[in-house]
Amino acid sequence: MAIGATTTPEKEKPAGSFINDPQVRGIFYQAITVIILALLIYWIADNTIENLRRANIASGYGFVRGRAGFDVGQSLIAFTSDSTYGRALVVGFLNTLLVAIAGIITATIIGFIVGIGRLTHNWIIAKLSLAYVEVFRNIPPLLVIFFWYSGVLAVLPQAREALALPLNIFVSNRGVAFPKPVFGDGFQYTFYAFILAALASFLVSRYARRKQAETGQRMPVLWTVLGLVIGLPLVTFLATGAPLAFDVPVAGKFNLTGGSVVGPEFLSLFLALSFYTAAFIAEIVRAGIRGVSKGQSEAAHALGIRPRLTTRLVVVPQAMRIIIPPLTSQYLNLTKNSSLAIAIGYADLVAVGGTILNQTGQAIEVVSIWLIVYLSLSLATSLFMNWYNARMALVER
Amino acid sequence: MARRILTALVGAAVMGIGAPAASAATLDDVKAKGFVQCGVNTGLAGFSAPDASGNWAGFDVDYCKAIAAAVFGDGSKVKYTPTSAKERFPALQSGEVDVLARNTTWSINRDTALGFNFRTVNYYDGQGFMVRKGLNVKSALELSGAAVCVQTGTTTELNLADYFKSNNLQYNPVVFEKLDEVNAAYDAGRCDVYTTDQSGLYSLRLTLSKPDDHMILPEIISKEPLGPAVRQGDDQWFDIVSWVHYALVQAEEFGITQANVEEMKKSTNPDVQRFLGVEADSKIGTDLGLTNEWAVNIIKAVGNYGEVFDRNIGAGSPLKIERGLNALWNKGGIQYAPPVR
Repeated sequence: MAIGATTTPEKEKPAGSFINDPQVRGIFYQAITVIILALLIYWIADNTIENLRRANIASGYGFVRGRAGFDVGQSLIAFTSDSTYGRALVVGFLNTLLVAIAGIITATIIGFIVGIGRLTHNWIIAKLSLAYVEVFRNIPPLLVIFFWYSGVLAVLPQAREALALPLNIFVSNRGVAFPKPVFGDGFQYTFYAFILAALASFLVSRYARRKQAETGQRMPVLWTVLGLVIGLPLVTFLATGAPLAFDVPVAGKFNLTGGSVVGPEFLSLFLALSFYTAAFIAEIVRAGIRGVSKGQSEAAHALGIRPRLTTRLVVVPQAMRIIIPPLTSQYLNLTKNSSLAIAIGYADLVAVGGTILNQTGQAIEVVSIWLIVYLSLSLATSLFMNWYNARMALVER
Repeated sequence: MARRILTALVGAAVMGIGAPAASAATLDDVKAKGFVQCGVNTGLAGFSAPDASGNWAGFDVDYCKAIAAAVFGDGSKVKYTPTSAKERFPALQSGEVDVLARNTTWSINRDTALGFNFRTVNYYDGQGFMVRKGLNVKSALELSGAAVCVQTGTTTELNLADYFKSNNLQYNPVVFEKLDEVNAAYDAGRCDVYTTDQSGLYSLRLTLSKPDDHMILPEIISKEPLGPAVRQGDDQWFDIVSWVHYALVQAEEFGITQANVEEMKKSTNPDVQRFLGVEADSKIGTDLGLTNEWAVNIIKAVGNYGEVFDRNIGAGSPLKIERGLNALWNKGGIQYAPPVR
């Protein structure tokens, strides 16, 4: 303010008026802020330590090496009640990661479909998309989760009357059970063949692109790649004697036994988060596409580019620049919303941490672990999306 | 900008100072605020649940009322904090509640590492299993492969893991944070077995859509001594909470009831006179930091231990739980009060 108001050169400034010097003032206020912040942190820490001491609560992170003593229903890694609290936290973390990543992928797919659907000229599809967005956007995510969970529990048959689908898939209110592949001796060759095919496909498509750029000739890339990726492993698989068996779920006394089971907790959380976040992503996509100036597509049409190619090569790349930053926020929201898992008993980080908190009484430590993990997850997502955004940004020449 | 941050910081600091801190002299705090802040269950019929008109009622709730009656001579001076199994310990540790009367198992971990004190057991319980009758299960040992519904953060959850492990049985735990969530999941058939303290199973069975379709298995797999808990480091308050229970038990032993307490004051039995504080020069209550009428006030507010039991969970209630271990020591149980002398 003072800079703008004064016209006097600096050297002619009257002595003793340094109180009015904006720079000095700035430093003064910042120093005060830092001191108060430091005092506040000191006060909080001191009070916490004093209260913990008075309540005779041991503190520190040593508890993570203790025996957990409880079991976890859904785990991606081996876990028994003999495992440590630390491993229980890892189980919870992986479950959070699983539902977040699966949710982000599905939400993105649904979101893009619905978002583009809102812009089509087909009246029914546009209105259906609109209804979808308005319904899911305006319901709290917790209710959506309950909706799916009670839906799963109430609508699907009891475990012992599981609905049998083709391919030995069974659906009941205990989740979806499907055959678990059991890899025999020699299956690794099929796997190697697949890697080889993927590598070859990459080279072929690169060569095809270069050739098109140089000569304008196009190669049947899609069919070549499909043939490579499916054919080569299939031939190897049959040549090595089909070393693959399936562990099929069969009805046991209480539940289906054998096979792999995806529980209703994961299913409902995953579906709820996907459908809820997709509504927001749809709006972001719509905004992004609308944000590309109409002149761009008109110019493309004028050049004789077909509508489908116009969308793919002209509109979408420009729309992505608008879409990605708000999309990042939605990904972060989805990850954080996954902590609502606790309401339906999905063993995510918060649920498992809560159990540990209760067994050990280490409230501050457990809460700090939650904070650090969610902060790291969010920062990692942001970093990745920023990198992607930089790649997609318009290269200005 | 800097000024705005400053204001926000000062505001935060002031608010922080206003937050309750754990204090040593709980009795003084309670007297100063004029009520007992009592941590109870969010809803367990018979133990603590809001009744039809929204008032808290139940076995544990009566303990809250008894404590208030001992301190204030008025059983209604209680405020209730409903807590989930997970919330209850931080609530007591932080000083949010003065006492936790929430069917909480006394264990060495809670008595030491968590920083609480237990002394009295107001209900001797044990963990049991409930299943659907249609499963034709007669014993918990036949439960291998079952999905088991359990509330998280309880000793139940740990006992369950230990029991299935030691008997080499497989199971799939389905855990929820709140009792009503466990209830709903069990009722909907998400799991085959419901496990918690046996008293809880009797209570919860009443809330299922078809109570008669479910049965409680005979096995009791753990000792669950339930009792009120307080923070460590305040012996006076600990004494008061403990002696409220002993007074209830002692009153039953003397045959003093809510109805006859005034009459019993005229008793010539010196033990009864001492207990009710009518002895000359009595210090029976003042030594606790209360009035000599404290036992009378408790009995007037809720009756004796037997009355509290019968009204909420025993013969006079829908739960109809037998006294069993909770009968007086001279009636075949193990409820016993030290001498009031």
